[in-house]
Amino acid sequence: MSTDVKTIPQEEHVAPNGVKLPVYMDNHATTPMDPRVLEEMLPYFMEKFGNAASRNHSFGWAAEEGVETARERIAKLVGATTKEIIFTSGATESDNLAIKGVAEMYKEKGNHIITAVTEHKAVLDTCKRLEKYGYRVTYLPVQKDGLVDLDDLKRAMDDKTILVSIMWANNEIGVLQPVAEIGKLCRERGIIFHSDAVQAVGKIPVDVNKQNIDVMSITAHKIYGPKGVGALYVRRKNPRVQISAIIDGGGHERGMRSGTLNVPGIVGLGKACAIASEEMAKEACHIAGMRNRLRDKIMGRLDEVYINGSWEHRLPGNLNISFAYVEGESLLMGINDIAVSSGSACTSATLEPSYVLKALGTGDDLAHSSIRFGLGRFNTEAEVDYVADRVVETVSRLRELSPLYEMAKEGVDLKSVKWAAE
Amino acid sequence: MAYSDKVLDHYSNPRNVGSLDKSSSEVGTGLVGAPECGDVMKLQIKVNPQTNVIEDAKFKTFGCGSAIASSSLATEWVKGKTVDEALQIKNTEIVKELSLPPVKIHCSVLAEDAIRAAIHDWKKKQEVAQPAAVAAQ
Repeated sequence: MSTDVKTIPQEEHVAPNGVKLPVYMDNHATTPMDPRVLEEMLPYFMEKFGNAASRNHSFGWAAEEGVETARERIAKLVGATTKEIIFTSGATESDNLAIKGVAEMYKEKGNHIITAVTEHKAVLDTCKRLEKYGYRVTYLPVQKDGLVDLDDLKRAMDDKTILVSIMWANNEIGVLQPVAEIGKLCRERGIIFHSDAVQAVGKIPVDVNKQNIDVMSITAHKIYGPKGVGALYVRRKNPRVQISAIIDGGGHERGMRSGTLNVPGIVGLGKACAIASEEMAKEACHIAGMRNRLRDKIMGRLDEVYINGSWEHRLPGNLNISFAYVEGESLLMGINDIAVSSGSACTSATLEPSYVLKALGTGDDLAHSSIRFGLGRFNTEAEVDYVADRVVETVSRLRELSPLYEMAKEGVDLKSVKWAAE
Repeated sequence: MAYSDKVLDHYSNPRNVGSLDKSSSEVGTGLVGAPECGDVMKLQIKVNPQTNVIEDAKFKTFGCGSAIASSSLATEWVKGKTVDEALQIKNTEIVKELSLPPVKIHCSVLAEDAIRAAIHDWKKKQEVAQPAAVAAQ
């Protein structure tokens, strides 16, 4: 190991326009906790430390009360009833429980599952595992805008299909799938519809009845709550959905998820949902306004910048764009006082660019040039202006350094060049 | 991602950025990598025809910070060397100088390829130029 290796410096300092650095604009990865959530959680670490499953003393009752209040708040936000909310450790567990739980429970009925290529790995890898156990999985392609084609979905459904798992909002490109229509198609055919809605809940209106959802994954840390806690919505009627547990034990959560409840985390998730219920409508407008300002300030000053995925069907806080002729990691290096993500291979261990962008038909070159900006509750307009300036400045500098930009400006068609790969 | 101080320095202050006249008989141009792989390097050398010494070198790179640093370093190293000396530069020396981690070794390989490609291009031009010079006598 060399001695002079260090991470990108991200010391706290202040930019000339008063913006505190580094700027956090990666709210699809996780969100900072809302202080109101923390405040709600604090008593449940020390004073109200009881086990929510302790039925015969006040310590247990206090914990149980906290849990049940949280359950009500979550149910209210998504249009469910309290008995339909199962607490888990987060989105990955919720996705695993939903898919494996349905697959096992309904294996007599069929062995076919449909999902999409742009799903989160928690869904894709769960489906891949089920394939090893004899299930048949169809991975639907997506259109250029990132949306699933409903005709493709219809064609994929057969009499052995037991489950469709399609996410509500994509974590990379923020694209919103037509979940209500997907749910309707499933309902008509008696197929269970699961949606990974971790990026959607608390950001846009979610109603499991209006959108015909049967099973839905929720997590706290994407909505200004704590990490390590989530929930799974499981429909109780019209139709009643049953799932097999994947964790066995004391029979908590009506047998669907054993394990002592993470009471402070659950209370935090509940508070995060309560805040979202109150503030979401106004907040979504505000965040979308800032996101549009960021887009305009970048795209107004740089040529050959492309938005990845549908602009119309998109989360308010998402901006995923590719800067042609500039490689994503070098761009991130240049804006190292801004926390964002890149779809470039160089940022991942696999050396493969984003599979989501590739699924959209984005060329590998543009996938390598992509940056995901995720705006959230605590971003400010001053931060947006600072980020836009830094991005424009860095992209311009790197394009001066880019042989591809030079060739393109000389009129060379880069697609016609025979590249001598290493 | 962790970067060494030297990578950060080359990224922030790249040496010898620019282009030379690729139609000149004294200039060799190497263009290696591919956009879909996330790295393209263009490295150019200007060689003194009397001494075979590389008098100038320029680069432009599309790629991550380590790719930019590797090509920037390569231009520094080839300058003042004869073409034969420049051909001795090994990617492992670039790895060592920049403390590149294993996932970035391909950047140094590409820089070595770029040097070779530029020299190859220059040599080809000399072969073409030679018979013409003879014919002129």
